[in-house]
Parts: sequence; structure tokens; C-alpha cells
Amino acid sequence: MAWTGKILRVDLAKGTCKDEPLRMDWAKQYLGQRGLGTKYLAEEIDPKVDPLAPGNKLIMATGPLTGTNASTAGRYSVITKGALTGAIACSNSGGFFGNEMKNAGYDMIIFEGRAPKPVYLYLNNGDAKLVDAAGFWGKSVWDTEEGIKAKHQDPLIRVASIGVAGEKGVLFACIVNDMHRAAGRSGVGAVMGSKNLKAVALRGTLGVKVRDAKAFMAAVAKGKQALAANAVTGQGLPKYGTQVLMNVINEVGALPTRNHRDSQFEGANKISAEAMAAKRPDGKSNLVTNAACFACTIACGRVSQIDRTHYTVAERPKYQVASGGLEYEAAWALGAATGVGDLDALTFANFVCNEQGIDPISFGATLGAAMELYEMGAITSKDTGGIELKFGDPKALTEMTELTGRGEGFGAILGLGSKRMCEKYGKPELSMAVKGQEFPAYDARGIQGMGLTYATSNRGACHLRSYTVSSEILGVPVKTDPLVTEGKAALVKAFQDATAAVDSAGICVFTTFAWTLDDIAPQIDGACEGNWTTAKLLEVGERVWNLERQFNMRAGFTAKDDMLPARLLKDAAKTGPAKGLVNQLGKMLPEYYQLRGWTPDGVPSNETLKRLAL
Amino acid sequence: MMMSLHIDPAKCTGCLQCELACSYDNEGVFNPSKSRIKVFNFHDEGRFVPYTCTQCAEAWCLQACPVDAISVDLKTGAKVVSDSLCVGCKVCTIACPFGTVNYNASTGKVLKCDLCGGDPECAKACPTQAITYVDANWTGLERMRTWAAKTDSGPRATH
Repeated sequence: MAWTGKILRVDLAKGTCKDEPLRMDWAKQYLGQRGLGTKYLAEEIDPKVDPLAPGNKLIMATGPLTGTNASTAGRYSVITKGALTGAIACSNSGGFFGNEMKNAGYDMIIFEGRAPKPVYLYLNNGDAKLVDAAGFWGKSVWDTEEGIKAKHQDPLIRVASIGVAGEKGVLFACIVNDMHRAAGRSGVGAVMGSKNLKAVALRGTLGVKVRDAKAFMAAVAKGKQALAANAVTGQGLPKYGTQVLMNVINEVGALPTRNHRDSQFEGANKISAEAMAAKRPDGKSNLVTNAACFACTIACGRVSQIDRTHYTVAERPKYQVASGGLEYEAAWALGAATGVGDLDALTFANFVCNEQGIDPISFGATLGAAMELYEMGAITSKDTGGIELKFGDPKALTEMTELTGRGEGFGAILGLGSKRMCEKYGKPELSMAVKGQEFPAYDARGIQGMGLTYATSNRGACHLRSYTVSSEILGVPVKTDPLVTEGKAALVKAFQDATAAVDSAGICVFTTFAWTLDDIAPQIDGACEGNWTTAKLLEVGERVWNLERQFNMRAGFTAKDDMLPARLLKDAAKTGPAKGLVNQLGKMLPEYYQLRGWTPDGVPSNETLKRLAL
Repeated sequence: MMMSLHIDPAKCTGCLQCELACSYDNEGVFNPSKSRIKVFNFHDEGRFVPYTCTQCAEAWCLQACPVDAISVDLKTGAKVVSDSLCVGCKVCTIACPFGTVNYNASTGKVLKCDLCGGDPECAKACPTQAITYVDANWTGLERMRTWAAKTDSGPRATH
């Protein structure tokens, strides 16, 4: 129950689609989605494989709660070896695609090999086939999604696809479903493109069942009440979205600005949630409405519309409609990281990121690095095709977004990500990344725990692996001081394990502003066999974390890769509450290894592996 | 008191909790494709609109049915399909001007909203009160109140 008990294995080289029973023994140990997908991947591929070679696999996995009416239960994840990082990648997306996979009768889909020519998978209630995608290759996510629905004469199909960026191997290309929800990070879209897989189109009408309906419905109702009553999930997120953070994080001096040279952005207010809601000269506001993913009772999603007279859209009606608006991470990367304070330019760049399937975090951060290289003369306008890459120039931002989305011109260089780009121009130290993946929107000098979070994240720098911002800034579940290192090792470990469990369940991590695992366990237990308790979920989370770590070590990563760029460790923050501070990773990391039950070299000890049945 | 489902699209976030509740109550599984209420996403306008049977008094579906399988629930006013009488001829789906009666190929019968016998699950499941179950004679009451609050009454009389 809750699990369908079935997976679809698609051999792209042979063109075959086969059903397989789900390994229920693994489901009991890894739950679903992130955990279970990682287990399958780790069992099936050589961790040393080139991420873009046919030997890599790409797994789309739902969790057991996906497709039920538990709040936010529409999530799915893409698990593969990341194109950007060479590490384990697991990118989580909302929208409506995950539910459709479940209703089509599958817990996950495993893609292996490489198709001889572009194809897409069409799956309708257990009937799966690979279809020639020649007519869609070279098209954007938006055109592909519309085109597939039109071709099958079915507006109810749900599509996840790559844009031109994924086809061209932009290393931070993502997979976009439902027009603007994305499995965003680590370059999962580049892996999909390397397989000649343009899209996955799903239609499911089979229904999702739960184990104990009465217990499940009671736990779900209680969970929804808690979300509605909580100030963050009940008021802040629906009203302002994640963008509620822009001014807050700027105030605490942790808004990385211009490639982390500064940690406060003078234009923060102009690109904030408040600015999105404010009336423009045209009498409308950037924000049209909020929107929910499947089954979500929070509804933090933004729907935005650009001023029709703005230079980005004045001649282009296609972009004058309402579409996916700025979330905090995207607004930060496209704005503060590049020094651009033009809200509509950022919104346009965000539309294009969705349209062509590129991760706005890695893109904006890489562009910020390129702007610094340009400023010091390492990159010239000869390299950029005549475009001046000046910090703060909205046209540099929007033109480069379009070029990168199509993998053209200097966009192809930006598409390498900041690590490879900065190496190419002889300044590797200017890449603000861990394990090749760019930082998101929190400066580790002003929020110390995030330094440890980034350094130890299994998929490279990421806020979603342990969002200690929640504790250090927002005070959830308890307030800790963002400027100190004491207690942060334990905090990071606790967040990492709990988040890994949540990411394996089929629900959104944003619920954890209001829920603890005590709220989640009864919902999972009501839906699934296996006596799911808080303790068991924490064990699953820790097991998943260690499995990911093992995969990375086998791929060639060591403790040396649990490292931050020198800028965060040596150059103190210049302004704000963290003025004079660097991130003190060295104080936290040994304690973290110890708490994890790892050796001083960051290797999981035999005892730890045995305890977790790994 | 006669009650009516009342839909305020401006409050809808498109989460589909109504579809989940409807399918679960009627079919015992979570399955939006078997829901009697459907949320439409007008993407380019940023609008979500839940839509279902309004239980119209004229009841073209009821009048069109050749086997009298659709009747009025006297308690709620709902037009209810009897599965044991329905022959799946789909004439009602043609008769309904709004498209809210639909054929279900897996059962060979038609589906439509029956107001859950007077306690509609969709309204209870809606997290934003976009769907409410209110006095059938005063479906406009909340909107009137909103506009009344905006009305400038000029200088207030002193007492």
C-alpha cells in the first residue's frame, strides 16, 4: 500500500520498457524517493562512471506518500550521478508530475543507456513506449510540454522535460515539469540530455491507496491543521513565498553579494517579496497570485507578470503572460549574486531559466563569478561576444540567461559552471562552490552552521540538505546564534538526517517549519506497512546520508572535498552583524565527523556501517 | 435550510485537495481523475478555477435521462445518479450545458456531484475557503460584505 510495488525499467539503447516488482526489502530500509532511488543507483552503477556516459542511470522516484492527500504529497526526485559535480545527485521537484507517476502505477522509473536518437517516454496507466522526439529536439521545455499534449490530444498529460540547455550539455541544466517546477540542481537535465531523452509524459488514472485509511486520515488532518496554524507555513509562505527571506537575510548580513565579495546587497529591497507585491507604474504588481503544488496546503509558489513596457518583453508577447515567479534562491542568484536590482529583469531571467531548463542558482552564481573575472580583466568583451559583463547590469543578466539557456556563445562557457569556468581563466579560487556546485543564498560567514552544511553536503553546496537557517535565523525548532560554531555540528547532523527522511517520503521539506518527524511518522505509518516511528525515520535518514557518502567516496571524493572556498575562510565579512567574521569550518568539521561515527578522515567507520545495515 | 456549493476562484491555489477528497469519498482511493469536481489552471493568466455541478433547478441532465436514473435528493436539492438504474447512454452528458456530468469508462456509468448527501468533502478539504457550502439563498453574502466594507459612507451621523 502507498507504494505501488512496481517500477518501470527503460533501456534507452534497446528501446525496451519493462515492469519489475519494487524491492520491498529495500523500501522498508530506505522508504522511497531520495533514499530508495539512491539505493537502486548505488547498487546498479559504477560510482566512477562519467556522469554523461551511457553507463550512468537516471532514476525518477516518488515517495510512498506521493499521490495521497497528505499536505504537499506530490513530490518526486531525480537521482543520478550529477553532471555538474560527479557526486550523487538527488533533485526534488513539486508540481503535479510525481502524483501522475503514482497514478500511472509506478513508484519509480529507471532510465539506462543512451537512445540512438532523441526519444521521449509516453506512459499511460502501465502502457509504456518510447516515442521519436525528433519534432521536439531543439525546442524549449514550454514548447515541448505543449507540443506533447497536443500530439496525444490529451491536455491532462503531465510532462517533465529538458530544454535546449539539457540537450547541449549545460552542466547545470535541470528537468522541468509542469512548466516551472524543477528538479533543479547538480545538472540532472544534462544527464537526461546525454541519454537523448527529451521528455517523460505521464497519464495515470489508477488511484493511490493507503494501509489504514482511518489512522491515515486522522494523522493527515492533524498535520494540515498544524501547517495552517503555523506563522511560517500558514501566513508567511503563502503571502510572501520564500522571498519573505530577502530582507531578513540581508539584515542579518548573510546575503552573498557580487560573488560573495560582500554579504549585504544595497538593492535587496528592490528584489524582495515586498517589491513583488508593490504596485508598479502600470497599476499592477509583479506578483499575480500564489500557487500550490499537488496537495499542498501551504501554496508558497509565485505567479508573476512582467510590466509590458519593460525592455525584456516589450517586443515579445510570449513573455508578457503570467508564469512562474521568483523564489528566494532564484531572486538571490539572479539579483544579489550579480548585483542586479531590476525586479522585472530578474523575473524575465527566471522565466527563461524555466523555459530552457537551467538552474537559476548555479547560473546566477556562475554569472557573478564571470562578472568578477570580467572586472579584473581575466575575461574580456572579446570572450563574451561584445557583451559587457558588468556587475549590476540587467541587460548582461538577461542576455546571458538566454545564451546559456540555448548553450550558445559565452553561454556555453557559463554552462560549464563556476568551477570549470574559473579554472579555464586561471582563477579557480573565484568559484564559490563545494564539490563543483555553487552556493545558494546564505553567506556562511553570517550563518556559521551553513558553512558546515555546504562543506558536508553530499550533492555539493546546497541549502536543502540541512537548512540550519531555520534554527539560526528563524528560531525553528529552537533559536541558535548564527555567529557561533558551538553546537552546530550536532545541529547539522540532526537536520541532515531528518531532511533525508522527509525527502524519502514524498512530501515537501517546507512542512518542517511546522512539523517534526513526530507529525510525519503517523502519516507514513497510516499509509505504509512497516511500523513507521520517529526513531525509524531518523534511522532511515542517517542510513541514506551514509549511503550517499559511501557513493561519493567510491566515486573518488575524500575529506579534502568537505571544504569551503578560501574567500569564506579568510576574507572576513565587511558589513552587518557578521562584520569581521569568517566561517570557522575547521572548528566544526572534526566534531561533525565524530558525531557521525566517521573516522577523522571522514570515512564512515565499520561500526557505523554495521549499525545502519550498510 | 437549502445549502449550495459556492466557489470563489480568486481564493483557489490549485492544490487539488478538493479532487483528492472527492475521489477518496466516492471511490475509496486518491485519484483526481475520478473526481466530480475539477480545478482548471489558466496558466497564462495565473488563475485557478474549481468547477463542478451547480445543481441547477432546470436539471437538463435529469430531464434528458431516458431511464429516470437521475433524481432530486429532497434534503439537499442535489441531482443524484442512481448507479443501479444508469445505463451509461451518456445523453445527460450531452444535455448538461456546463459539462459537469461525465462518463466513467471503468464502470460504464456517469459521474456527477451529489453534494455528498449534504456534507460536501471538497468544501471541507479546501484549505483556502475557495469552496464553501453556504445558504443557497445567500451565496453572494460574503462578496456583498467585502464590497460593503469598501463603501464610503461619507460623514457619519452623530448620536
